[in-house]
Amino acid sequence: MTDTLAVSRRGFLAGSAATAAAAGGFTFGFHVPRAEAATTPGSPEINAWVVVRPDETVVIRIARIDMGQGTLTGLAQLVAEELECDWARVTTEYPTPGQNLARNRVWGNFQTAGSQGIRQSQEYVRKGGAAARMMLVEAAAREWGVPAASCTVSKGVITHAASGRSTTYGKMADAAAKITPPTDVPLKDPSTWTLAGKPLPRLDTVDKTNGKKVFGIDVTMPGMLNAAIRDCPVLGGKVKSFDAAAVTGMKGVKKVVKVGETGVAVIADTWWRAKTALDALPVEWDLGANAAISHQQVVAMLKEGLEAKEAFVGNQAGDADGAIAGAARKVEATYHFPHQHHVTLEPQTATAKWTADRCEVWCPTQNGEAALATAAAAAGIPVQQCEVYRIDPGGGFGRRATSHDYVRQAVLIAKEMPGTPVKLIWSREEDMLHGWLHPITMAKMSAGLDANGNVVGFRMRISGQSILAGVNPAGLQNGRDPILFQGLNPSGTEGTFGYDIPNVLVDHAMRNPPVNPGFWRGVCNNQNAYYLECFMDEVAQAAGQDPYQFRRKMLQGKSPKHLAVLDAVADGIGWSRPAPAGVFRGIAQHMGYGSYVAAAAEVSVNAAGVLKIHRIVAATDCGHAVNPQQIAAQVEGSFAYGLSAFLYGEMTLAAGKVEQENLDTYQIIRMDEFPAVETRVVTSGGFWGGVGEPTIFVAAPAVANAIFAATGKRVRDLPLKHNDLRRA
Amino acid sequence: MIRLNVNGVVHQVDAEPDTPLLWVIREQIGLTGSKFGCGVGQCGACSVHVDGEVMRSCQMAVSDLKPEQKIVTIEGLSPDGLSHPLQKAWVALDVPQCGYCQSGQIMAAAALVARTPKPTDDQIVTEMSNICRCGTYNRIKAAIKQATGAAG
Ligand code: FES
Ligand code: FES
Repeated sequence: MTDTLAVSRRGFLAGSAATAAAAGGFTFGFHVPRAEAATTPGSPEINAWVVVRPDETVVIRIARIDMGQGTLTGLAQLVAEELECDWARVTTEYPTPGQNLARNRVWGNFQTAGSQGIRQSQEYVRKGGAAARMMLVEAAAREWGVPAASCTVSKGVITHAASGRSTTYGKMADAAAKITPPTDVPLKDPSTWTLAGKPLPRLDTVDKTNGKKVFGIDVTMPGMLNAAIRDCPVLGGKVKSFDAAAVTGMKGVKKVVKVGETGVAVIADTWWRAKTALDALPVEWDLGANAAISHQQVVAMLKEGLEAKEAFVGNQAGDADGAIAGAARKVEATYHFPHQHHVTLEPQTATAKWTADRCEVWCPTQNGEAALATAAAAAGIPVQQCEVYRIDPGGGFGRRATSHDYVRQAVLIAKEMPGTPVKLIWSREEDMLHGWLHPITMAKMSAGLDANGNVVGFRMRISGQSILAGVNPAGLQNGRDPILFQGLNPSGTEGTFGYDIPNVLVDHAMRNPPVNPGFWRGVCNNQNAYYLECFMDEVAQAAGQDPYQFRRKMLQGKSPKHLAVLDAVADGIGWSRPAPAGVFRGIAQHMGYGSYVAAAAEVSVNAAGVLKIHRIVAATDCGHAVNPQQIAAQVEGSFAYGLSAFLYGEMTLAAGKVEQENLDTYQIIRMDEFPAVETRVVTSGGFWGGVGEPTIFVAAPAVANAIFAATGKRVRDLPLKHNDLRRA
Repeated sequence: MIRLNVNGVVHQVDAEPDTPLLWVIREQIGLTGSKFGCGVGQCGACSVHVDGEVMRSCQMAVSDLKPEQKIVTIEGLSPDGLSHPLQKAWVALDVPQCGYCQSGQIMAAAALVARTPKPTDDQIVTEMSNICRCGTYNRIKAAIKQATGAAG
């Protein structure tokens, strides 16, 4: 039994539709988001994952967050599958990080990043569902004095056929909660699934169509104030001085506060008034050592790394340099993938309430435990006296896993107003200026071909930024960042290089410009797949071979799963048949986050050099598919993300500050440019791969290779907008 | 005091004249379904109807609105929040991912279908200029067609 959730929810009041006139004041709704409101106090917890209410509602606890990727529904499907409850009566709730801490991390890891929401927790959540079912059945069997094995269960109804008796989960919940949990918990064979694996509708859609869904930016509570912040626009800079008196008389302004050494915030009754005052606030900065850094310097730094002697090795087999030197033919090219911004459509935001002995935060986060640790550190209060209430993010993409800088700031600001909840919202400009960017890299590749057009050696030098060096240096391995080699590794779930090439050398010269790096949907697979798959197209061309058949030859034998997805997209796009007149095709494959993915694209380029992407066929082998329609949604979404980067995405520095301060200069793909996407889920079973990210890897290289087919031009410098696609 | 007619209710708000309509709706009237995404007219997350036209409310100063102008937000699109044909289609096709852009998308689509009851693909893609960072564009397109009975 637990009622901790009910207690901890106190104080969460999210503003929503108010109908009465609000004359000059503020109207506060008293709506609690669904996921927070689920548990009825007194409803028994069968185990940490499952609560059954007397009305037969089953509450499934979800440790990972849903930022749109469908994990909430997928995880609930996995639990419900084993629980054998009635899906129509399933509801969900998020336990809090503080509860997880207090209960010895009974819900495991809260981190929702690296496409791991399902693949890293599927076993223990399924066991949670199965154990709860066993306890419920055992309770009925004991009541009836029959062996549990003689009872059956379906949709929350337990039946003892021999005696014609039946009962329900709701009726057995109290007794089941007192039963000692089983230690041996067998799981179903996925081939027998009836809920998991099915394209069920999401559980969380309706409120997203009528404005009721409460995001972090919508949180409101009695007496709450709002804050707008400006942090030093140059990394490493500080606040020198500011003239609070210039704005303290402005309407609604309550206080002007320094936030750490680097920021200034205005607290006001409304956010708009806080922002207006902040815009008027004179601030002087000490911009620090990075104030002179330019884009050109960053590029020069990376170019130097391409030729540097010292580098960390990621994959080595045989003697690549020797094989290439002795090859009949040599192919060489250099590629560049610039900094990218997450642009979660909901800017960073957090609401904090601080008193000397308690600190609470309501925020979007991809890692509630990390948010809690950040909040406690900023609050200066033991973590046991702090709490974070997780709210579904309006987009995550890695931003809200990489850094909880916005939580730290919100707590520091709330500390200036003890007892008063303060909601911090970043303006879009603040969000753009303080991103944790997809790292910038370049790659120089060379390959040697023998007289028959077989690749005898492959050499790849990556130069550029390490994420771990910026966000978690403790994760480096003797200085080496293993994440840099995603998809290029000799083996492993985090990306196996699929091609069968006898001599390979992939290494990395770490060059870290003064920009915060972050985990950005797809992470280093993005540039690695782009580099490798565009270059392989160049090698196929040099060998005079069809790019699909050329890849097939090198995947056959060594990499059957890589090959299967490649074949699936070739089939889907109709590779063996000619494309429509004026339309050209490209293909790419990659492996990462445990999954095998491929894409084939059809594009045309008109005489003015304008690209149209007509169609993309994607395939993924994620081992087991928990919800195929949500997988299709993730594939499309990942393409929108990947293609935005391919077409437009680029963050550059001038005088140490990023130049792209809003969405007019950092463009996102819109509906008019977005292609038709056909998804093939070709699961081979036996393993669990990620879904939210992997297909992003192949969208851009498939399109770039199709652009080559159309124009004869290689897109080696991203984004595409810098490339002239007019035929020479 | 500024008078605004939002979802059929007249509100008196004490806002500076240059305050964007979006922030008055969100902070002073308390309707948070309309979202802030960029503040510069790019993303459309703040889309509302003003006299039936879809407008980016972050770009409209409240002082530019007359008390008789009818403002409709996502909360006022249908009486129960469920029954507008677009809302039904959105649910049937599971359009939203994170959901943050979806109020704006639905308001933009509602203005489109009010004017063009059976929009073609071309009309949909030219009119629907809102950003969805999660990439729900194809399902949005399909939902508009489903709601309007258009083929395909
Ligand atoms: S917030 Fe109005 S267009 Fe982006
Ligand atoms: S659903 Fe997330 S931005 Fe559109």
